[in-house]
Parts: sequence; structure tokens; C-alpha cells
Amino acid sequence: MRKSTLCLAVTGALSALFLAMLVHARTQERTAASRRQPSAELVKQLGLTDLCLFTEARYTRHPAMADRHAAFQDHPMALDHFPSGSLLAPPAFPSPHAPPPPAVPEHP
Amino acid sequence: MRPPLQRYRNILDFALSSLLRRKGRNLALISVYTLVVFVIASLVFFVQALKREAHELLAQAPDMVVQRMVAGRHDPVPLAQVEAIRSIRGVDGVQARLWGYYYDPVFGGNLTVLATEDPALAPDAIWIGQGVARSMRVREGDLIPLRGYDGQSTLFSIQKVLPESSELVSSDLVLMAPKDVRALFHFPEGLATDLAIQAGNPRELPTIATKIVELYPDSRPILKSEILRTYEAVFDWRGGLMVVVLGSAVLSFIIFAWDKATGLSAEERKEIGVLKSLGWESSDVLLLKFWEGTVISVTAFLSGVLLAYAHVFFFSASLFEHALKGWSVLFPRFRLIPALDGYQLTVLFFLTVLPYTAATLVPSWRAATVDPDAAMRS
Repeated sequence: MRKSTLCLAVTGALSALFLAMLVHARTQERTAASRRQPSAELVKQLGLTDLCLFTEARYTRHPAMADRHAAFQDHPMALDHFPSGSLLAPPAFPSPHAPPPPAVPEHP
Repeated sequence: MRPPLQRYRNILDFALSSLLRRKGRNLALISVYTLVVFVIASLVFFVQALKREAHELLAQAPDMVVQRMVAGRHDPVPLAQVEAIRSIRGVDGVQARLWGYYYDPVFGGNLTVLATEDPALAPDAIWIGQGVARSMRVREGDLIPLRGYDGQSTLFSIQKVLPESSELVSSDLVLMAPKDVRALFHFPEGLATDLAIQAGNPRELPTIATKIVELYPDSRPILKSEILRTYEAVFDWRGGLMVVVLGSAVLSFIIFAWDKATGLSAEERKEIGVLKSLGWESSDVLLLKFWEGTVISVTAFLSGVLLAYAHVFFFSASLFEHALKGWSVLFPRFRLIPALDGYQLTVLFFLTVLPYTAATLVPSWRAATVDPDAAMRS
């Protein structure tokens, strides 16, 4: 057998697997809504605000609810303790696309 | 077979023979190349799938959460604010959320304790997430002691373990009746942790937030869009997880491609000289090198992407587990739903295959334009 035939066969097989991967992803996406249903129901029923990804500290468990200066939230000299703190970028506050922040009335 | 096609196949045959002559070196090359594509593709698939999950699941989150700030810190909210906020035009509902964190000294994990008024929850019973059940090695019907504010332990019976399919949001949850949460934490009556607000029209949320801050200047409204944006920022290209892993993978690929691009070995230059002296034209030599580069890069790209897909979606991205786990004892186990993005796959292809192929062509072109006699003598 010619080497090019073997090479084309291997590339063809890999390409077929690549196409199968795309088809698998598409079929999985079709059933995604029903697979997410239990989680979505819990989020709605309990009013959850965050994904449970990092559980070691308050500001990594609930980044959306944490203080904006989360790494220093315990006291001003409290540096970040956890590796995931270096993986979590601070929220983009204020974002140029965000609605204007609520106006705080001045003290009389 | 048509002659032009036959010519391409002949050159491909020659290119493969040439690659097989340096079998060890080229196998090592394909392995490293596949590994780099695998790492980058795994990360792209993982982050994209998590972003999709965050977007889809947190779409059900409250439209706004109102916290109270005291001395710059989050503090419990008086329940008296519920009615005042409910009377604001545009507010559909206000739910006082009662929740907190519980550190379990036995297994060293942090749990999220949340009050629920679900009528299915039996008195003195709790519902726990899969992560809690796994870490504490308990199941439905077992009793677990939780240590209260006064150091006294209270026994709770596990009525239900929340389904595995919800682990991405519920792994560390302990759900109990409001009175049990108050008793456990000595949480005063008339206060809640924060308020979850539903609005009829999401476009009115900034106005509602303004009115809440006017009513209660010490409050901090967090809109759903801000919650979603937090997760966008966590899994963004520019920061967080992406930069840490992607940076090292891309850097290793650049070093690898640069090494390839800096020149050919004396043996390869001599081979090009021999081919040219046998009558090969520069274009034939370039075609030969193009095939060599394509065979390696396409094989590595396809293998790397397929392995990455299997890693992330069939083996739950087990290689990233340690990076994600950090110091946490309680770690959720979840199967991600594929969320492939054609744009990202195309970018990945152009970022990995094209630079490598170009990197093999440039030194070959320089060698192919040299006089064959000089090339063989060098």
C-alpha cells in the first residue's frame, strides 16, 4: 500500500471523528435544556446567585455577592490566601456598558 | 488518476518517506504539538461550556439582590424593608433570603446553609447537596451533627440528597427550615441576609435600584446583569483561568514554532540540494515541505482537539480539577454539556496549524533558492 493512501486514510478517519464530535455536541445541546432543568429549578426556587465552583472562601463561593475589594475583605492588610483568588478576576465594575449606578442623595 | 493529482500524491509519498526517515524526531514533534493543542482546546472547551452553564442557569437568578452595608461590610437586612421595597412601582416580588456559611471542623469544608420554606421539608430535617454527602460520607436517612453558635451540636436528619444533575449549583448546599437557620447561627428575628427582588420589566431595574438606594442609602443593589457579568469576567479571555493556562501553552507553542522556523538541519539542506540537482524546481521543494508541515500540523490539530473533547466532556476535565480545587475540601463533580463555538475552533485552527506550516515553509524557501551545489557543500 502506498504511504499516501495510509496517510489519507488516517486523516480521513480523524476528520470523520471530528465531524462526529460536532454532531455529538449538537445533539447534546438539543437535550441541554432538560438536563439543566433540575439546576435551573433550584436556582429559581431558592434564588441562587452563583455557581458552586470554588468553596474555600466566601468571596470565591459567591463572587457575584462578594465585596468589590474581596481579597482584602477581612481587614485592609489581608492579602489573598487561596490559589483560586488569583484565577478569579475582579468583576468589571464599573463597566462602560453598565447602566448608570443608582444616584445616592447627598446628606442635607 | 489525473496527472496533477498523481504529482501531488507522489510528492506526498516522498514527504512521508522523508518524515519516516527521521521517525523519532517527528514522533516527538507530533506528540508535543498534540499536547499543546490538547491543552489549549481543553481550556477553550471547558471555559466555553462553563460560561454557557453560568449564562443559562443564572438567567433564573433573582433580578436584583439587595444587600445592606455597614462600615463597608455586608450586614443583615431588616425585614421591615421588604414591604417598603415591594411598594415600589415595577417590583413584582421581594423574597427575604436567609443564608450563611458553616465551617465543618471535622472534614474542614465550607458549606452554604440556606433557609427554604419548601413544604416538603420535614421538621428538624435537612436537604444536602451531593458534595456535602460525599465529603461527610452520609446518605438519606442518616443523622449529622451541626455545631451551633454556642458550641452545642444539633442533630439533623438527612431527608434528601439533591440530585447529581444539579451539582453545579447545589454541591455544598445545606437546606433547612428558617427557624433552624436562626437557631443554628443565633440569627436575630426580623433580619434576613439579603433580599431577592423580581421585577416585571427588567428594563426598569436601574430605576428600581435608584429608588431603593434613595429609600435606604446604606443598601447595595446587585443587578442580575452584574451577576452574569461577574461570570463573564471570571471566564474571560483576558483574565482569570484563561490567562494562567493559556499563557503557558501559547508560550510553549511559540518557542516550539520558533525553534522550527529558525532553520533547517544540515542534512535537510543537503537533501534539498540533491533534489534540486536532480531537476526538482523550487516550487516542488516548497510543495514537499508544505506536505510535511501539513501532515504533522493537521494530525496534531485533529488528535489534540478530539482528545480535548473527550477530556472535558467525557472525563469531566479531570486534569483541571487540581487548578480549580485550590484549597477547597468540598469540590463539585459535574458533567459539562458541550458548547462548541465554530468561531473558537476556527481561531484555534488558524492559531496552531497556519503558524507551524508557515514556519516550516520559510527556511525551506530560503534553502530552495540557494544554488544546489552550494547547498550540498554546506
